Amino acid sequence: MLETRDLTIRFGGHVAVDRVSCRFEAGTLTAIVGPNGAGKTTLFNLISGQLPASEGQVLLAGEDITRLPAPLRTRRGLGRAFQLTQLFPKLSVQENVRLAVQAREQGRGNAGLDLLRVWLDRKDWITEAQGLLDAVRLADKRDAVAASLPHGDQRKLEVALLMALDPKVYMFDEPTAGMSVDEVPVVLELIRALKARRDRLILLVEHKMDVVRELADRIVVLHNGALVADGEPAAVIASPVVQQAYLGMAAEEPA
Amino acid sequence: MTALLQLQGVHTHIGAYHILHGVDLDVPEGEVTMLLGRNGAGKSTTLRTIMGLWRASQGRIDFKGRPIQGQRTPEIAQAGIGYVPETMGIFSDLTVRENLLLAARQARRAEDLDTQRLEWIFGFFPALQKFWLFPAGKLSGGQKQMLAIARAIIEPRALLLIDEPSKGLAPSIVNNLIAALRELKAQASTILLVEQNFQMARALGDSVAVMDDGRVVHHGRMAELGDDEGLQQRLLGLSLAVHP
Repeated sequence: MLETRDLTIRFGGHVAVDRVSCRFEAGTLTAIVGPNGAGKTTLFNLISGQLPASEGQVLLAGEDITRLPAPLRTRRGLGRAFQLTQLFPKLSVQENVRLAVQAREQGRGNAGLDLLRVWLDRKDWITEAQGLLDAVRLADKRDAVAASLPHGDQRKLEVALLMALDPKVYMFDEPTAGMSVDEVPVVLELIRALKARRDRLILLVEHKMDVVRELADRIVVLHNGALVADGEPAAVIASPVVQQAYLGMAAEEPA
Repeated sequence: MTALLQLQGVHTHIGAYHILHGVDLDVPEGEVTMLLGRNGAGKSTTLRTIMGLWRASQGRIDFKGRPIQGQRTPEIAQAGIGYVPETMGIFSDLTVRENLLLAARQARRAEDLDTQRLEWIFGFFPALQKFWLFPAGKLSGGQKQMLAIARAIIEPRALLLIDEPSKGLAPSIVNNLIAALRELKAQASTILLVEQNFQMARALGDSVAVMDDGRVVHHGRMAELGDDEGLQQRLLGLSLAVHP
């Protein structure tokens, strides 16, 4: 469904992503791990179109989207939850989610742009938004201004927004960072449910190895921008490159 | 144990919101105090209020026995409190070196930086040495987090306030971070640490304060909380044993 071919980007003399070739199929969850600065977020930026590739290609459902601007990639079904918080900060939590639902419906041609239709459909969008906020346990904060949410709640809102857009490809960049431990399972449950649908492709950048172990069908390891391991989770986690470069087991006792 | 930092009945309002509802908190000298609690409990607001970034609308904050509430943030920093905010506060257009220089009160040029201390920091966070002359905006999320921590520890400080330092860091770097904070403690720094990573909380915490709804609802030793699953359930809504 999604494929990268020799995908590369250089910043000055620094090769941040170095000839990464990878295929991802619908119905699978692939975790992307690697040391800080390995190029994980940059790879996401290349796939979603936030950064232009220096070389190589990105293909979505067989179509070359390498030169397509980010918004058009979103239209074609690439969905991204950001590491940086990008919301409508002055709108309420519920309005943010409602707008995402609306954008999805209008993008699919299921909703007209004429004001009467928008007015009539509005109720459905709000109902769906409320359901999504229930699912991420933000319902009690639906009237709060998005910018006023504590960091962990903003992350939950980002997950709700992505669910509202319901893309074919879900890209999660550390979805549980900054979230209190009692709330992490809520987000994991949502990702698990998404995976169970079997028709969505999920890419997950995550440092919490217990999360990776539990959710991933496959792990891809980046190191200095290059793909250094790719395979079934148990084997990849046990590999020397992960044990040393990523988990640091050789250098440090596990605390 | 004397308290290096003491909060008594601290209230903070942010716009129309009343966030802190009378925080009482003692941070004993020479210890690592963990500040735990759910999202929105008021942990980050407490750190910002101590730094003067939010104004305490009521109550008293004493550092080294002297009141600091109402002082301006630069004065509070000058008094010897280092702060790593959850937003990191990196200057993206400045290089890694310049970011560190700005944080070092004693140094005006790179040559003035304490090279031994710098090497010590590079040992934990090698990426900072590698990207020394790069604009900090080019760093990855986790590398920015390393820079934010490095800025707070580039000079010895009496007290460090650190908001979720492990966020976005690879496991090997989290281990390095734990080692770095242990060494800082051994050098007589006092640390107040907000952290969701319980491996870190248990490895580092001497004392612990748990917040809920803008108040400190529990104060004790970290080891006791770490061993008492019932208490964990009651205070944090989970058991630490199943969340390594």
